[in-house]
Amino acid sequence: MDRRNFFKASLGGAVASAAAVASTVAHARPNLEPAPEAIGMLYDATLCVGCKACVSKCKQVNGMPPVPMDGNTYADFALDLSAQTLNVIKVHSDGKGAVKDALADGFCFEKRSCMHCVDPGCVSVCPVQALTRHPKTGIVSYNSDVCIGCRTCMTGCPYNVPQYDYNNAFGKIHKCQMCNQKGVERIDQGMMTGCAEACPTGATLFGTRTALLEEAKRRMALKPGDIYHYPRGDIRKPDSYHEKAVPQYQPTVWGEKEAGGTNVMHLSAVPYDKLGMPPLGERSFASISEGVQSTLYSYLALPAIALGGFTWLVKRNTEDDKKGGAE
Amino acid sequence: MNHHYQALDNRPLFTPFFLTMVAIAALGVVFLSIRFVSGIGSVTNLNGGYAWGIWVVYDIVVGTALGCGGYALAVTVYLFNKGKYHPLIRPALATSLLGYGFAAFGAFVDMGRYWNAYNMFLPWQVNPHSVMLEVGLCVATYILVLVIEFSPTVLEWLRKQTGWQIQADAWRSRLDKALFFFIALGILLPTMHQSSLGSFLIAMGWKVHPLWQTLHIQPLLAVLSAFTMGFAIVIFEGSLLTTGFKRHPETHLFSGLGRIIMGLIAAFLVIRFAYLAVAGKLGALFAFDLGSLMFWIETALFAYPLVVLASPRARENGKQLLYAAVSMILAGSLYRFDAFLVTFNPGTGYSYFPALPEVIVTVSMIAAEIALFLFIVKTFPVLPREDHAAA
Repeated sequence: MDRRNFFKASLGGAVASAAAVASTVAHARPNLEPAPEAIGMLYDATLCVGCKACVSKCKQVNGMPPVPMDGNTYADFALDLSAQTLNVIKVHSDGKGAVKDALADGFCFEKRSCMHCVDPGCVSVCPVQALTRHPKTGIVSYNSDVCIGCRTCMTGCPYNVPQYDYNNAFGKIHKCQMCNQKGVERIDQGMMTGCAEACPTGATLFGTRTALLEEAKRRMALKPGDIYHYPRGDIRKPDSYHEKAVPQYQPTVWGEKEAGGTNVMHLSAVPYDKLGMPPLGERSFASISEGVQSTLYSYLALPAIALGGFTWLVKRNTEDDKKGGAE
Repeated sequence: MNHHYQALDNRPLFTPFFLTMVAIAALGVVFLSIRFVSGIGSVTNLNGGYAWGIWVVYDIVVGTALGCGGYALAVTVYLFNKGKYHPLIRPALATSLLGYGFAAFGAFVDMGRYWNAYNMFLPWQVNPHSVMLEVGLCVATYILVLVIEFSPTVLEWLRKQTGWQIQADAWRSRLDKALFFFIALGILLPTMHQSSLGSFLIAMGWKVHPLWQTLHIQPLLAVLSAFTMGFAIVIFEGSLLTTGFKRHPETHLFSGLGRIIMGLIAAFLVIRFAYLAVAGKLGALFAFDLGSLMFWIETALFAYPLVVLASPRARENGKQLLYAAVSMILAGSLYRFDAFLVTFNPGTGYSYFPALPEVIVTVSMIAAEIALFLFIVKTFPVLPREDHAAA
């Protein structure tokens, strides 16, 4: 091939890759929609008193021991999610940390557990469907029988939720499965999640995503200072109510739209980034990644065409060589 | 055909250098056995935020790119019909085979539930949208293709062993009929999985630094840089072999590769800066933080070969070519390290620096690769015959 052909071929390659990039942008799939009967939770940080009853109940339901501190196990000292902790209460504090839910010199509680994303990154990146989103409830579950332990789910989760057990030669991924995994099945039995059941203030509220989103918006529409009857337990059939003055909520519900939304949503009086929530837009990274992958690989069409072209070129060029006498 | 290549079988294999490499490799085996008994955490500093450390980022993401010599030369020789580079292809294939073989080994070691790995090959179990699936299947297939591409070399060796000549010739003639297809496959597969290594970063989203999070452009930048690293490693390795074994330099071939590298780097830099401009991220270049610092170091390493090789005199100079190749290898490796580890930030509370045993395992794998490479070139007819290369 002479120089002109070389440049022609290079130009062809450049045009083809530009076209591939352009069509990737065009083909990108939209965010997934919430599951039809999505089950979720609403965590209202302004109601949380930091008692960690939810942490304790979660350990009980999931058969996990408390995390000790200096050998003490009279309480669960888990500081973050881990292979031993699927649900944790953290505290954000500023300055003197004196006033609850105040930004300056205040403190605020924050619950971290799987958000059960509407468009879950972990499900999108898992090579073997070890992570799945339930078609009806939207619950994101894990199957250790097929998991290969590549930990791509951990890299693909915007919230660092899935936790691999590094201290076990046969470690698994651990994450909240909304108390509905095999052997627990609380949701299937008509019960609510352990953490929502244990919560004494209704800070963790159980229910359908639709009902919880309505409740969140109702609270946000209230006048700060007014008294509101906060429900406890399951939003569809609350165990009881308690009265409390309405705080000044942030203008958005975390999880309505962030990266396609989540089934576990949060309300707070302080900005969400102070609570350690990640910087997310409305578009899920899973949708962008899948858009790129499906443009390049749908029906293996592009690879097949490329292979055809390469085979033809290689065959022609190796025959040239044979005629020329060189290998 | 076989008179083009020679095994360096007149040189002793068990040199002090070779034995040192074997000893380092053996040390790695010790730490690996700890990993299989006590878990990945017993020898690494991986954690909930940093799920991937140097075992993934060096052994797989950088390691396979360093194994792209065979790919880069196959494209040049067989797609662009530049037959003059043919003498370089066997050592490049040997390096590719080792690079990819050890990447697969590294993936297996890092895999937390390796006994379930077969699920990636069950059509009803896989997730077709997964980048990890694409990389896993594609790398596995490519290793098979590399074995086939390398097998003529082994058959040439086999036919010289007493009693094997007829059989070796029969296999060789059968292989020759289908080899063109495997060569084509050997061009397609790296294009696929090398671009996918970039696509990993898309789903990592906000944890990837804005200067490295190029979303739709990720696969293109990854494959371009892998391609450039492939050429650079051919020059690097060739230069070392020339010095180490006191052979005739192959500068006349390398200078041509130098020109190709310049084109690829220029394309990479133009696309990268154009994306940053379009995405409105140029400000981050002057943030004077870790991200911007690493970015400029990378850019300087990418730009060095471009500037040096612009002079035709430098391109004819073996030393200048070697420096340019080293700069390019560092640039491409750093580009991957920066994106996946150095500037990767999963949020407060998490940090990662590799543990000593983790580093030892990776170093031991490199030592094993070097030892195996020496064994291969001293046993099989891999390197071009002196008179031929100098011609």
